[in-house]
Amino acid sequence: MATVKPKPYAESKEELISGSEAIGIACALADVDVITAYPIRPYDTVMQYVSRLKADGNFDFDFIVAESEHSQFEIVKHASAVGARTFTGSSGVGWFYAFEAITVTAGLRMPVVAMVGNRALDDPGAFGVEHNDAMAVRDLGWHLYWVATAQEALDMALIAWKVAEDPRVLLPFALSCDGSFLTHSQAIVQVPSQDQVNRFLPSYQRGTLQLHPDNPITVAPQVNEDWLMEIRKQTDEAMRRTSDVIKEAYDEFREIFGRGDPSPFIEEYMCDDAEIILVGMGTLAMPTRVAVRRMREAGKKIGFLRIKFFRPFPAEEIRAVLGKAKGVAVIDRDYSYGSPSFGGVLFHELRSTLYTLDDRPLMLNFIAGLGGREIKVRDIDQMVETTQTAIDTGKIEQETTWVSVRE
Amino acid sequence: MATLAVEVVYRGIFQRTLARNIVRNIVFAARKDSKIGTAFGRYSDSPERNGIPAKQFAIVCDTALELEESLAVYEATNVDVTINVDDAMCKGIESWAWYGLQPINELTNSGGTLIVTSRQDADSLLEDIHQKDTPYDLAIIPSTVSFSGLWVYKDDHTDMRILGTLCKVCPDLVSLEAMLESIQEQTGSGTKVASVQKAFDRTVTRTVEPGEGNTETPFSFDMPGWKTMEEGLVIRALPQGAGYGGGDEGYVPGRSEVFKKWSTRSMRPVINFETCIKCTLCWLQCPDTCFDVTPDGLYDANMESCCGCGVCEAVCPVPDCVTMVSESEFNGNDSQWEAWQKDKDGYDKWMTVLVEKQKSETRTHGFHHVGGYADEINEMEEA
Repeated sequence: MATVKPKPYAESKEELISGSEAIGIACALADVDVITAYPIRPYDTVMQYVSRLKADGNFDFDFIVAESEHSQFEIVKHASAVGARTFTGSSGVGWFYAFEAITVTAGLRMPVVAMVGNRALDDPGAFGVEHNDAMAVRDLGWHLYWVATAQEALDMALIAWKVAEDPRVLLPFALSCDGSFLTHSQAIVQVPSQDQVNRFLPSYQRGTLQLHPDNPITVAPQVNEDWLMEIRKQTDEAMRRTSDVIKEAYDEFREIFGRGDPSPFIEEYMCDDAEIILVGMGTLAMPTRVAVRRMREAGKKIGFLRIKFFRPFPAEEIRAVLGKAKGVAVIDRDYSYGSPSFGGVLFHELRSTLYTLDDRPLMLNFIAGLGGREIKVRDIDQMVETTQTAIDTGKIEQETTWVSVRE
Repeated sequence: MATLAVEVVYRGIFQRTLARNIVRNIVFAARKDSKIGTAFGRYSDSPERNGIPAKQFAIVCDTALELEESLAVYEATNVDVTINVDDAMCKGIESWAWYGLQPINELTNSGGTLIVTSRQDADSLLEDIHQKDTPYDLAIIPSTVSFSGLWVYKDDHTDMRILGTLCKVCPDLVSLEAMLESIQEQTGSGTKVASVQKAFDRTVTRTVEPGEGNTETPFSFDMPGWKTMEEGLVIRALPQGAGYGGGDEGYVPGRSEVFKKWSTRSMRPVINFETCIKCTLCWLQCPDTCFDVTPDGLYDANMESCCGCGVCEAVCPVPDCVTMVSESEFNGNDSQWEAWQKDKDGYDKWMTVLVEKQKSETRTHGFHHVGGYADEINEMEEA
C-alpha cells in the first residue's frame, strides 16, 4: 500500500510568495482534483508553482497541460461535471482563445474557479496589466472578483470554491489578478493550516447533477426558442442568490481565519466624511491609499472605494458609500471604445448604479495604467484636483481624461 | 521608521536564480529583525532573454504601512544599495524593454553603496561607472562572474558573499546576526553561514566622490507620443545599407538610430583578420546583422549591434579566428578592423593578450570545461 505523505501545511505559517504562488497554495489546501494549463504570461506563474508542488510530492492532483486554452477550459468544464474540484486560468488573448469554453462553463453551471492574470489584449503584443481581458466575462454568469494583495489572492481562492460550488449557486468564479503587480511581486503571506481550511471548505458535491454511471443524465442538449429564456432566467436567479452565499461564506471565513475587511464586496478607505471619493479595482489600491492618506494629512476630505466584486456588482453597498460624496473620480484600468462617454467599463457601471439616487455626485473618469503603466501618487493627486475643480465650478470640462499619456 | 531598498542588477536567465536568492534572503533575514519586506523582479525584464540586463528588488520596512508607501512606487526611483553581479554592466545597462543606457549607479542614493563582484580594482571599474553628482561607496567582492543556465544553479556562494557584504555596508537593512540565523534556517548549511561571515569580515569600501568616474553622457532617446506615432502599429523599415565608410566598396547594413546594443552583451568577438578565410559564415549567421563587410572583404563586428551571443565564434571554421572575450576587458566600441589597418603589429599584440587572458580567466555562459566549477571554487577561496 502506498504511503501517504503528510500534508505540508500542518500549521499556519508565513511564506514569502507572489499572488500567483498564493493561488497555487490555495489549490493545494483546497485539494483541487484537476488543474489544466496552457502557458501564457502572467498566468503561467501559477502553472509553474503547482508543477513544483506536485513534483515535490506536496500536492496530488491531475495536471493536464492542454494543447490550447480552448481545450484547457473544456477539460475543467467536463471534470467539473463529474464532480471534480477544478482550477484553471489564462491571460489576455489566451483567455479570449478559450472563450467558447468559457461561455458554456457558466451556461452549464459548472463551478470552475479560474484565475485571469490580467494582461493587455493584443495588438500590440504586451504583457502588462489591463482589465479588458477579464471584463469580457461580465455578461456571462461568471463571478468576477478583483484581487489586490497576495494574501487576498489566497483567501479569495478558498472562498471562491466555497461559493461557486454551493448548490444554491453553481456558477464559475474568475479571480482577476493584475499582471506583474500581483502575479510577480512577493509579499509575506499568512498561509493557513490544512485543518483550518478543512473546517471552512466542504468537498464539492454536485448531487443529482453529477455526471456518473450511477446517475444517468444528459448534459448540454441543443434547445430552441421555446427553452432558452427559462434557462437564462435560472442562471440569473443563481447570480441573484450568490450575494447572500458570498456574505455567508465570507463571515465564516473571517471567523475561522481571523482576517478580512468587513465587506466581501467593497473596501472603504476613509470614505465616511469624504467629499471626493476615488474608485478603482485591483492593485491600484496601493498608490491610491497612499495618495489619500497624504491628502488627508493636508486636510483634504478624500476617500477611496475599492470595488472587489464586479459580478455580482454590489450596487446597494456602492450607492450607500458614493451617495454621500460631492464628487466621484473613477479610475479605469480598461477602456471601452465608443462607449457612451468614451470612457471605461467601471465608470459606466457606476454611473448606471448611481442613476437612481435623488442627489447624484459629479462623476469623472480617468483612464490610467493601461498595459501595466505605473499609476503614480501624483497621477492620483491630479485626478482629485480635476474633480475638485469640477465641484467648485459646478461644471465638468471633460468627462474622461487619459492619465499620463504621451502626446 | 525606515524604508530601505536594494536592487540587484543581473544578467537575465544566467543569473536569475542568483538574484532571486539575494532578494529573498534579504526579506527573510529582515523578518528576523522584526521588519517586513517584499521582493520582486522588474516585470518588463520578463520573459528574460539570455544575458540581457535585468533587475530584482528587495524593499524592507519597519511597518506594514511603510511597506505600502514604498509599494505605491512600483519601480524604485532610488535605492540604498545597488548590487551588480556582473562587472561588465558597470558600463551601464539596457533592459530589453529599452530605456536607453542607464548608468549602473543611477538609482544609488547619496551615501548609499554599489556592490560589484569583480576581479578588477576600483580605479579600473570607475573607468566604466558613470559619474554622479552625489557621493556613494563602492564595495568590490573579488570574484569571477557567476553565470548558470535556466535550469541549473551554480552554487558558488556568490549570493552568500553578497549578503555578508550587504550586512556590513547597510546594517540598518538587516543585521549580521539576523542574516546568519536566517541563512542557517533557509539552507541548513554551515559552510554558507561561514561564507556570509567571511564576506562580512573582509568587506572593504571606498568612497566615490561626486564627479568621479566615466564622464560620457549615457545614450538616451525620446519616446514618441500618440500624435507622432504611426497608426496601425507600423514600424518603417531601415534604409538599405551602403559601402564601408560611405565608399563604393564593402557593405554596412542600415542600423536603427534608436535601438543599440551597448552593454547588452557580456562578451564580444575579437577577430583575427590575418587568419580569416572570408568564408562569410559569421556574417551570414549573426542574428543581429552586426558584421560590416570591409573594403578588403573581411568582417568587422560592429559594437552598436552585437549582443554577444557567440554564434560567430561557434560557426567560424578557423581555430581562434573569432574569440569571445569578456566585455569588461573593453573601454570603447571602436572598429577592430580600423585599429588593425592602422597598426597590424600593435593589434596582434593587443589581440593575443586578450585571447590568452580569456583562456585562463573564463567567462562563459555556464561552465567552460569539466571540473571548471571546482577550479573556480579554489580560486575564489584564495581570493
